[in-house]
Amino acid sequence: MNFFIEVVAGGLLAGVMYSLVALGFVVIYKASGVFNFAQGSLVFFAALTFVSLMERGWNIWLALAVTLVAMVVLGIVIERTVLRPLVNQPPITLLMATIGLTFVLEGLSQLLWGSQPHGLELGIPDVPIEWLSEKWNINISQFDLFGALVAGVLVAVLAVLTQKTRIGRALRAVADDHQAALAVGIPLQHIWAIVWAVAGFVALVAGVMWGVRNGVQYALTFTALKALPVLILGGFESIAGAIVGGLIIGASEKLAEVYLGPYVGGGIESWFAYVVALLFLLVRPEGLFGEKIIDRV
Amino acid sequence: MLYREAGQFKSTYAEDQQIFPIRQDRIAMLALLVVAFVVVPLTGDQYWFAAILTPFLVLSLATLGLNILTGYAGQLSLGTAAFMAVGAFMAYNAMLRIPHIPIVGAFIIGGLCAAVVGVIFGLPSLRIKGLYLAVATLACQFFVLWAINRIGWLSNYSSSGVITAQRIEIFGYPVDHSEGKYLLTLSIVSVMALLAKNLMRSETGRAFMAVRDMDVAASVIGIPMMKTKLLAFAISSFYCGVAGALYAFCYLGTVEPEAFTLDLSFRILFMMIIGGAGSILGSFLGAAFITLFPIFLNVVSKSLENALGIEISHAIVSNTEAMIFGGLIIFFLIVEPNGLARLWQITKEKLRLWPFPH
Repeated sequence: MNFFIEVVAGGLLAGVMYSLVALGFVVIYKASGVFNFAQGSLVFFAALTFVSLMERGWNIWLALAVTLVAMVVLGIVIERTVLRPLVNQPPITLLMATIGLTFVLEGLSQLLWGSQPHGLELGIPDVPIEWLSEKWNINISQFDLFGALVAGVLVAVLAVLTQKTRIGRALRAVADDHQAALAVGIPLQHIWAIVWAVAGFVALVAGVMWGVRNGVQYALTFTALKALPVLILGGFESIAGAIVGGLIIGASEKLAEVYLGPYVGGGIESWFAYVVALLFLLVRPEGLFGEKIIDRV
Repeated sequence: MLYREAGQFKSTYAEDQQIFPIRQDRIAMLALLVVAFVVVPLTGDQYWFAAILTPFLVLSLATLGLNILTGYAGQLSLGTAAFMAVGAFMAYNAMLRIPHIPIVGAFIIGGLCAAVVGVIFGLPSLRIKGLYLAVATLACQFFVLWAINRIGWLSNYSSSGVITAQRIEIFGYPVDHSEGKYLLTLSIVSVMALLAKNLMRSETGRAFMAVRDMDVAASVIGIPMMKTKLLAFAISSFYCGVAGALYAFCYLGTVEPEAFTLDLSFRILFMMIIGGAGSILGSFLGAAFITLFPIFLNVVSKSLENALGIEISHAIVSNTEAMIFGGLIIFFLIVEPNGLARLWQITKEKLRLWPFPH
C-alpha cells in the first residue's frame, strides 16, 4: 500500500511538471486560438538563457529578471512578425507557423548560447523528504513538492491576473469573442502581445523547473510533446484542465510504468499518456474542461 | 498561358471531363514525363539520382498521401511517418517471408498493412475533430515506433535494429543502380499520382471534400461519415505505406525505425502546407521545395565560406540553416497561405491574359 501511495504521489507530482508546460499552451490558445507548438522551444530558450547568464556569474535574481525581459520582448516580436500577418487564417496554418517558429527559436538559442548541456542548481536537493520516508516509508522528492508549490503559485498568479485585473478582463473578452472585443474597443494586438509575454513567463518557470530536474539541454524542447496529451485531456481552453490533466496523466503514467510496464517490455511512457488522453476524449471529445463544441450547419 | 483554349471544341462528355482538357497542357505533361523517364536517366549523375530525385519522388508520394487525408478529407494528421514505417517494415517482411514475391507485390502488402493501421488509428476521428485529432494521431506516431522496436518478429530479431533492405529484382534483373531505383520510384509515383487525381474527381473524392468543408452538413445530405472518414484514412495510409517502403528500399537501403521519427512527419506536413493543401500538384511542388531548400542553403553557405575565406563552425551553419528554414516557412505562410499550387494557378491566370490584362 505504501508503495502504491508512493507511486501515485510521485506520478501526481511529475504530472505537475507537465502541467507547467501545458499552462503556457492554454494561455495562448485561450486568447488567440493559436495552438502554439513552439511552447517547448520557448521553454528551452528561457532555460538556456537563464542558465547561461548564471554561468557568466550573474546574480540569480538579475539573471531571472533579464531572462524575463528577454521573454517579454520575444513574445512581442513574435506577435508582430508572425501572428499579426496571419490573422484570420485557419488553425492549421497557425499551427504550421508555430512549428516554423520552433526551428527559428531552437536555432537562435543554440546560436546564442551554444548547444552543450548545462546543469542547473537552485539549492533545493532532489532527495526524498526524511520524515515521510522514516515514518511511513514513502519516498517523495523534496524538489517535486517544490515544483507543485511553484505550479500552485503560478496558477494563483494567473487566476488573479485574469480574474481581477483590467488586463485580465480584456484577455477574457478576447478569448470569448475576438470581434465583440474589438467592437468594444479592446486593442487586440496589445492583448496578444501581453498573452505571448505571459506565455514566455510561464515558459521561463517551466524551463527552470525542468532544467533543475533534467539539465538544460536540447531535450527540453520535447517537454512540449509531454504536455500535449495533458492538453487534449484537460481541454485547450482551460487552466484548471491543464492542472487536472497533468495530475491524471502523471499518475496514470507512473502506475502503468510500474504495474503494466514489466508485461509489455517497458518504454511505454512515450505513448501511454496519449492513449489515456485518447480514452478520455472518446467520452468527452473537447477534453474534460474544454468548451463544448456546438456544430451548426 | 501563352496559349488559349480557343478553337478546341469538345463534342463528348469524356473529352470535357478529362484531366487536361487543353491540348497544349496534354503535350506539356507528356513532355514532362518523357523528360523524367528518358532524358533525365540519360543525362543525370549518381548524386542527383540517389540524393535528390529519389527522395523527392518518395516524399512527394508521402505528401500526396497526407494530402488525401488532410488536404482533401480535412482530418489533420501528425502520424504520417508512422504509416510510412509500417509500410517499410511490412514490405521488408513480405520480401523475407513470402518466397518469389515481386517487389511491387511487397510494396502493395506494405501499403495494405499501413492502411489497416491507418483505419485503426482513424477510428477516433469519428468522435474527435480538428487539433484534438491532430494530437491524438501523435499517439499513432509514438505507439507504432515503440511497437516496431519492441516486436522482434518485425525486424527478424535483428540485434542492431538497422536492417539492410533486400535487393530489388524486377523480372529477374537486379536493380542495384540508383538510376534503376529512380526509374522504379518514378513509375510507381506516376501511376499512384494518376490514381489519386482520378480518385479525387470521383464521388469518393467529392465526399472527402464535403466532409472537409463541413462534416455536419455532409452527413445531413447523406454522406456516410464513418465510411468516408475511415476510407480517407485507409487510402492515405496506403499511399504513405508505399512511400515508406520506397523510402526504405530505394532511398535509404536500410529499414530502421529511426528513419521514421516525428521529424519526418512534420517535414511532410510542411511539404503539404507549402505545396498547397488539397492539390495533387502541390504535393510535388512542396516536396521539391523542402527537399531542395536545405541543399541550396548548404551550397550557399559553402560558397560563402569559400568567398570570404573563413572557416565557419558546423554548429553555427546548422543553426543558421534551421533559423532560415523556419523563417522561410513562416514567410511563405504569410505571403501565400494556400501554397505553391495556388501561386502556380495565379501565374497561369495572369499569363492567360498576358500581355493585355484588360
